Amino acid sequence: MKRVVTISRRWVRVWQRNLKVYRQTWKISFLPPLLEPIFYLAAFGIGLGSLVGDFTYGSSSIAYLPFFAPALVAITIMYNAFFETSYASFVRMYYQKTFDAMLATPLTLEEVIIGEITWAATKSVIAAFLMQIVISLAGLVQYPSGLLLPAVAVLGGLAFAAIGMVFTSLVPNIETFNLPIFLFVTPMFLFSGTFFPLQNLPIWAQWLACLFPLTHLTLLVRACALNSLAPSLIWSLFYLLTFFLITSLLALRGMHKRLIK
Amino acid sequence: MTPEVISVARLKKTFATLTAVDGISFFVKRGECFGLLGPNGAGKTSTIRMLYGYSPVSGGELRLFGQRISKNWRGAKSRIGICQQEDNLDPDLSVRDNLLTYARYFDLSTATAQQSTEHLLRFFSLEHRAETNIRELSGGMKRRLVLARALINNPDLLILDEPTTGLDPQSRHQVWERLEELRTEGLTILLTTHYMEEAARLCDRLIIMDQGRILVEGKPQELIEKYVGREVIEISPPDAALQDYLESRGLYYENFGQRLVVHNRADAALFATLADNFAGRRCTLRPATLEDVFLHLTGKELRE
Repeated sequence: MKRVVTISRRWVRVWQRNLKVYRQTWKISFLPPLLEPIFYLAAFGIGLGSLVGDFTYGSSSIAYLPFFAPALVAITIMYNAFFETSYASFVRMYYQKTFDAMLATPLTLEEVIIGEITWAATKSVIAAFLMQIVISLAGLVQYPSGLLLPAVAVLGGLAFAAIGMVFTSLVPNIETFNLPIFLFVTPMFLFSGTFFPLQNLPIWAQWLACLFPLTHLTLLVRACALNSLAPSLIWSLFYLLTFFLITSLLALRGMHKRLIK
Repeated sequence: MTPEVISVARLKKTFATLTAVDGISFFVKRGECFGLLGPNGAGKTSTIRMLYGYSPVSGGELRLFGQRISKNWRGAKSRIGICQQEDNLDPDLSVRDNLLTYARYFDLSTATAQQSTEHLLRFFSLEHRAETNIRELSGGMKRRLVLARALINNPDLLILDEPTTGLDPQSRHQVWERLEELRTEGLTILLTTHYMEEAARLCDRLIIMDQGRILVEGKPQELIEKYVGREVIEISPPDAALQDYLESRGLYYENFGQRLVVHNRADAALFATLADNFAGRRCTLRPATLEDVFLHLTGKELRE
């Protein structure tokens, strides 16, 4: 039978469901993004930073902490979105049968998946915003360019939520998530210009790193935080947007294949 | 308005190598409680899933409320309440929030959702557990909440996939009473079940399916009279002499190994005759039930 794809604004209902659950435990959910930067800043600022000293990033000299703090926000966006649509969505889909229950209502599978992806993005925007407050207080975000950061978080959150959902549509069981995390998320965490500038890598590795969405998200977040917005960032925006659109389509197709029998 | 809430013609569901539903046709009238019976793997759940648009139809025609489902499926789905087989209440939410959140999936207004929620909590005697987490509910309470949830949109058609499986007798009777009340109020119900007692009690009409096909269709009492008769005699343990006797008299019986079930249609004195001639065995006379029909039609082999 021909597949009819219908998407209405009803995906908001799925988003609202997740928000409701989040609000029951918001105090716990708020802790990591508030505490994590303090831990990292202490360890990297005081411990590692004094060892590294100032170095050249782009065309100017920078201390380690202002270099690293924005990357921490980018990493938080990635983790919050990716883990929500991988582990958390998988639990809802597979163990709790929440999607089955939703599909017995006028909601479509497409709306359920879009609700999940937008929720995961929302969660990472909240976490990024909380973290931004903390590192702003430490004087590590410059304004007004820092005001653009939540918008960047929306795009980054959507991109990582969509790729997480792609894996959820593919993994046979929850243990299999170790694979994309070990082969995709962890290398990105380390080699996306997060802990050290990409220019320190051999040229082939720099090209490879340009395929990582986290590389582009880190560039964007860092430019917002350091007030160094440049026209070349358009390419990073474009990359993340394209990445989000393609992975969203793959996620919708994959989930359809997985659930509609 | 057409009086037929569901009408299905030559409906088919095929998976890669398996034909789960093999061209079945039936209809359900408004206000009717219709049963879908059959052993495991008969195609009941596949049929139901096509009805509420979860599974795509492989062939045939499916009309809900007089319209083809592909035409206005969202309109049709907002008029159906579904109680799925597996427990899929939202464990992250309280009893009340389960209902309120589900109401939102139907786009009900907040006022309507709250009103329906409070009404259903009372109707299913759950009002004192409204704030409880799902994980703390007993099996019976969970089932009642699943039923309440299926009614949140005030549906014109209620689809129940094995609503009482795994419940203790008290909970089962409570569910039956609620369903009978709903039926009296004129709600159309489609029900699958493994409990013949449940089907006989609740269903106005039913079909018995096996291997994707419909074996029979009719009213429970009519089916019993047609396929078994008014009463049966159970005899255990059976032996060759007894079987020879039954065969010599041309009586129909089913052999369950440790037990013979004799269908008795005509001979009012049969029980006495058997009890006298084959004393020493346990002989029981009881009214024929839907279960006798079911076993007669679908056989005794396990379906696994």
